[in-house]
Amino acid sequence: MSIDLLMNAIVAGLLLGGFYAAVTVGISISFGMLDVVNIAHPAFIILGSYIAYIVNTHFGIDPILIAVLALPAFYLLGAAVYQLYYWAFERRGQEALRGLAFFFGLLFITEVGLILVFGVDYRYVEAVYIGPTWRLGFLDFPLRMLVPCVVAVLLVVGLQLYLTHTFIGRAIMAVAQDQLALRLLAVDPIRIKRIAFGISIATASLAGALLIIIQPIEPSVGREYIGRVFAICVLGGMGSLPGTLIAAMLLGIVESFTATFYGPSWAPAVAFGFLLLTLAVRPAGILGR
Amino acid sequence: MRSWTFFLSALGVGLVFFLAALGLGNDYVFFAGYVVLQYIVLATAWNILGGYCGYVNFGTAAFFALGAYSSVALHKLGANVNRYASGFLADILHLILPLSLPSLVIVGGIVSGIVGLGMGYLTLRLRGVFFAIATLAMAVVLQTLMINWDFVGGSRGAYVIRPNSISAGPVTLSYIEYLFLVMLVLAVVALTVARLIERSRLGIGFSTIRDDEMAAEAAGVPTLRLKLIATMISGAFMGMAGAPLPYYLGYIEPSSAFGLPYAVNSIAMPMIGGTTSWVGPLIGAILLGSLQQIATVTISSAVNLLIVGVLLVAFVIIAPAGIVGLVESWRRTRARAAS
Repeated sequence: MSIDLLMNAIVAGLLLGGFYAAVTVGISISFGMLDVVNIAHPAFIILGSYIAYIVNTHFGIDPILIAVLALPAFYLLGAAVYQLYYWAFERRGQEALRGLAFFFGLLFITEVGLILVFGVDYRYVEAVYIGPTWRLGFLDFPLRMLVPCVVAVLLVVGLQLYLTHTFIGRAIMAVAQDQLALRLLAVDPIRIKRIAFGISIATASLAGALLIIIQPIEPSVGREYIGRVFAICVLGGMGSLPGTLIAAMLLGIVESFTATFYGPSWAPAVAFGFLLLTLAVRPAGILGR
Repeated sequence: MRSWTFFLSALGVGLVFFLAALGLGNDYVFFAGYVVLQYIVLATAWNILGGYCGYVNFGTAAFFALGAYSSVALHKLGANVNRYASGFLADILHLILPLSLPSLVIVGGIVSGIVGLGMGYLTLRLRGVFFAIATLAMAVVLQTLMINWDFVGGSRGAYVIRPNSISAGPVTLSYIEYLFLVMLVLAVVALTVARLIERSRLGIGFSTIRDDEMAAEAAGVPTLRLKLIATMISGAFMGMAGAPLPYYLGYIEPSSAFGLPYAVNSIAMPMIGGTTSWVGPLIGAILLGSLQQIATVTISSAVNLLIVGVLLVAFVIIAPAGIVGLVESWRRTRARAAS
């Protein structure tokens, strides 16, 4: 095993891991903090990818810019989904079985809907940073991976600052721990949860754009990410954003090693091994409370 | 009704259908009927864990495909014994292989049951949500495994050549009729087992888990053991339903065997029918299964999946107790009006 192959595998893993953090951060908020098991999150990400794809092919706008512009729409979508979820399941205490089935149905409807409209062809976007590679000694930094990684880290850091330094952000952190105490402070927990869920879906817009920059996509790609995002979320300690970032980088490196030394077709299995191992050995995750 | 009486009368009803279909003399009835029966087994199996215990399994397709692939593996092994084994081992293999369809069904059930037990042991000690997520991820991993396993065809898939007909004594059935019959018996067995569980101590234990696991645990119900039993029975039936699949399709490849439609259907059918009794999955499977058979022929297969998804979401929001629940509440209001 040559040293530069090894170093390149680590770099590729870190870049990939950064992107995984962007994919997972929404789940860390919805599942980790709000206890809403949104297994449809990857479907929202794919939706974000397709929006980036449509606007990019028609108007040639940069995919990341498109995602930023689409943030409010995704926020509203998320808020609406949460309101429906609260009204139909959480209020009646039925979120365990029927709530899960509801999100599974959403995942499925989104996927089949996209297949009906776009077919199963792979779609991709055009941008100046897709293609060139920066070289630093023997290390390769493909911009196609570097740009999503940087955007993703900015996203996670920004969200962490928002959560720890604003009133609403702190209320979101609090709603995960004690709803009643929040109510005593005259804050409506449902409103806070709606805002938080809106934010979590909004991140899917950005993650979707990053996804389609990294790889061409088709509607069912999202399913591969379900195992990954939950593995990262659990390993990161359920709702800890720094933990999410670390766990994502870790998974990225392990996957990159698997792809380099055993072949890329094994990579999807890695996340599952990760998840099972975490659940069996340390369910509280790395930075768990 | 005693379980034996139930089993025999259900089998009788099934046989009447079978003979009526034979009388029609149209093979399509058997092809479509097989799929509906397969969904009855899958929905009933899902409901044993999902409906009775309240634990959601998103990995139906994984258990199902595992059954199918164990058949493929045994079929391949049976066709080329000498290439993979020698000496005494080869003699034994020659003696047992090729296995008959019912024994393949049993093998598929054992394989999936063991995998269900293992999965359950790793994840069921935690909150139910983790089990659901793990099953979802397991489907992806097993698919990866099959894609990389060349012996059963890898991503290219494998062809399984089925005989044209099968005869026992004076009776000769075409193979699709035989497959239909096997699936029919399996469906009746699954329904009988589900009904038996519902009325036994086991079923009462399951429902305590569904209603309040903490309280059940505190009252001395061995919750982990019960959950493991449920996962194993449920997984085993899913594997059994999958075992004849390669013979039905004649060709199998990972992305169709692990297809999301199996998972969605096996959740949607009990949810739409009603999850608390064995009747619910039966009603759901017959309704949705036939609807899909009609929609696939008349509209398109993608649209029929969309219908299932929309129905699932609509039912869990509007009618959480399913069709059985709707009928019950309607009967209750009528009884109140009459008195």
